[in-house]
Amino acid sequence: MEDMVHVDRAMSTEQDIKISAKGVQVHYADTHAIRDVDVDIDDKTVTAFIGPSGCGKSTFLRCINRMNDTIDIARVTGDIRIDGEDIYDPKVDPVQLRAKVGMVFQKPNPFPKSIYDNVAYGPKIHGLARNKADLDEIVEKSLRKAALWDEAKDRLTAPGTGLSGGQQQRLCIARAIATAPEVLLMDEPCSALDPIATAQVEELIDELRRSFSVVIVTHSMQQAARVSQKTAFFHLGNLVEYDDTDKIFTNPQDPRTESYISGRIG
Amino acid sequence: MQSLTTPLLLIFALAVIGYFLAKSRALHVAGGDIRTLVSLPNQHALNTALSTIVPPAAAVLLFALYARLTGGEPNWFFSLVILGLGVTGCALSLIGIKTDSRARTYAERWILGLLIFASSIAILTTIGIVFSMLFETFNFFGQYDWRDFFFSLSWSPNFRGNSDLGIIPLLWGTLYVSFIALLFAVPIGLFAAIYLSEYAGPRLRSIAKPAIEVLAGIPTIVYGLFALITVGPLLRDVFAEPMGLGQSASSVMTAGLVMGIMLIPFVSSLSDDIINAVPQAMRDGSLGLGATPSETIRQVVIPAALPGIVGAVLLAASRAIGETMIVVLGAGAAARLSLNPFEAMTTVTVKIVSQLTGDTDFASPETLVAFALGLTLFVITLGLNVFALYIVRKYREQYE
Repeated sequence: MEDMVHVDRAMSTEQDIKISAKGVQVHYADTHAIRDVDVDIDDKTVTAFIGPSGCGKSTFLRCINRMNDTIDIARVTGDIRIDGEDIYDPKVDPVQLRAKVGMVFQKPNPFPKSIYDNVAYGPKIHGLARNKADLDEIVEKSLRKAALWDEAKDRLTAPGTGLSGGQQQRLCIARAIATAPEVLLMDEPCSALDPIATAQVEELIDELRRSFSVVIVTHSMQQAARVSQKTAFFHLGNLVEYDDTDKIFTNPQDPRTESYISGRIG
Repeated sequence: MQSLTTPLLLIFALAVIGYFLAKSRALHVAGGDIRTLVSLPNQHALNTALSTIVPPAAAVLLFALYARLTGGEPNWFFSLVILGLGVTGCALSLIGIKTDSRARTYAERWILGLLIFASSIAILTTIGIVFSMLFETFNFFGQYDWRDFFFSLSWSPNFRGNSDLGIIPLLWGTLYVSFIALLFAVPIGLFAAIYLSEYAGPRLRSIAKPAIEVLAGIPTIVYGLFALITVGPLLRDVFAEPMGLGQSASSVMTAGLVMGIMLIPFVSSLSDDIINAVPQAMRDGSLGLGATPSETIRQVVIPAALPGIVGAVLLAASRAIGETMIVVLGAGAAARLSLNPFEAMTTVTVKIVSQLTGDTDFASPETLVAFALGLTLFVITLGLNVFALYIVRKYREQYE
């Protein structure tokens, strides 16, 4: 019994805060897309961002790996820290940051290369493999983690674009985890997939929680309820409510959250 | 064809009159309510005008072909025939105007026919050109051994007979000049395209892209003057003479360099469009993995755009091979087999011009060789174009 308690406590102290955002504001030219968002995202947890279209959830997600830097008119202010380190510090190189914070996009976007080269892309760029054997191992491990190894192992040299939609998305996940990130951002990863592929990817997300902190933007409230432990509800650029997923879906505190999850606004 | 001008003008006038007649007749048939008509008055009008013009025009074309084959002359009978065709077409379509007549369908068919005609003209002309070259080339090979033409290493035409007409020195000059031109144009054009599409802001892009394309609008003779007066002497004084490579201002290097400048907008403009067509999702994917912008371009964007870029380069190569003016003024007219890029050489196209200008007798091999040269060049550029199309088709749609 005592052992169990001990393990439990060890588990709960492992729930450190991975990402901490304070007073984040995003402007696109004249549009104020994100207003004063404060949020603490736990490590080894799936956090879901939900909210109606245009509420800023994707924009906020893209702040966490500074992908908004690639958009000329976007301006981000406020404080975002990963493991206590300010990622908008001028000393931080966004290129290095993005190696640590992987991203999976809405539409599967495999490169026009072989399956192997798609997964090996990140490790090659960051020099993570000392030799071919190392690289082979990374590729296999990533594909296994992304639950694609069995389907892809006999056709590693085939183009990644030849896979089905769901396989392509898992390939993109494998590609993202091959660089050994600490955080994985997913921007509506299942919105272009059919229900079966969606179920596979969701199962995979639950697996990934053991190794990474996963942040997922989704339009589907059922999906948020299925895969996440924490949920944040965004509305008109504001973070309205952030709590345990169970609590958000059963006992929301804010009336706006309640009307969204019950389908009255959206 | 002088005598056909009047009937054709009459037909045209008839078509215009028919157009308005049909319109008013359609309105009259409709009895004021246009919605009772199956086809609109405009469609009736268009149908009438086209029915008036197209059959006589087709007849004129057929007659022209017939006259070319038999040497016949247009006479009053033929004028009468085409006038009759026009009047009949006009009258029939005017009489045919009823509330339920399908002028819309007929007008669409006339237009479809016109479009098909226009596209077949282009194809038929190509075939015609090939055949006319083929006949003359056969003539040439009747008088001159084809083995000497393709394998002889010397080119020295002599209008009193006994000429050496080997294509190899000319082909060598053509390929050498084109190679140097592409050596300049491809990297510069490609880098310019990458800068414009990936790095430049929208405002700079909107100024720089047309500015580069202005280069494509300069006539090649002007480039030739530039080569003759500026680039040639400059290259000679700065490179050729100090390095002991010759005293000639006209050289392969001069022509190649200037031709390269001419080809830059070709390569950059086409590549720019192709690079822009690579989906933004590819770049996001790569940047999101922590790749730098230049790594993204080298490893994702360029490979994705490669088939199109290869196509652009091969198109530029066809242009380079067919270029004449710059070579005449920049590289000279001496057929020579040499590796020295500062030596004057010449190309196939220049020799075609020089064999066909002046007092020439169209039966001697010295003149007919021009057709054999032209056909060889045509086969080479056609091969390049087919190869470019093949590359582009094979690798297209690797990304969505």
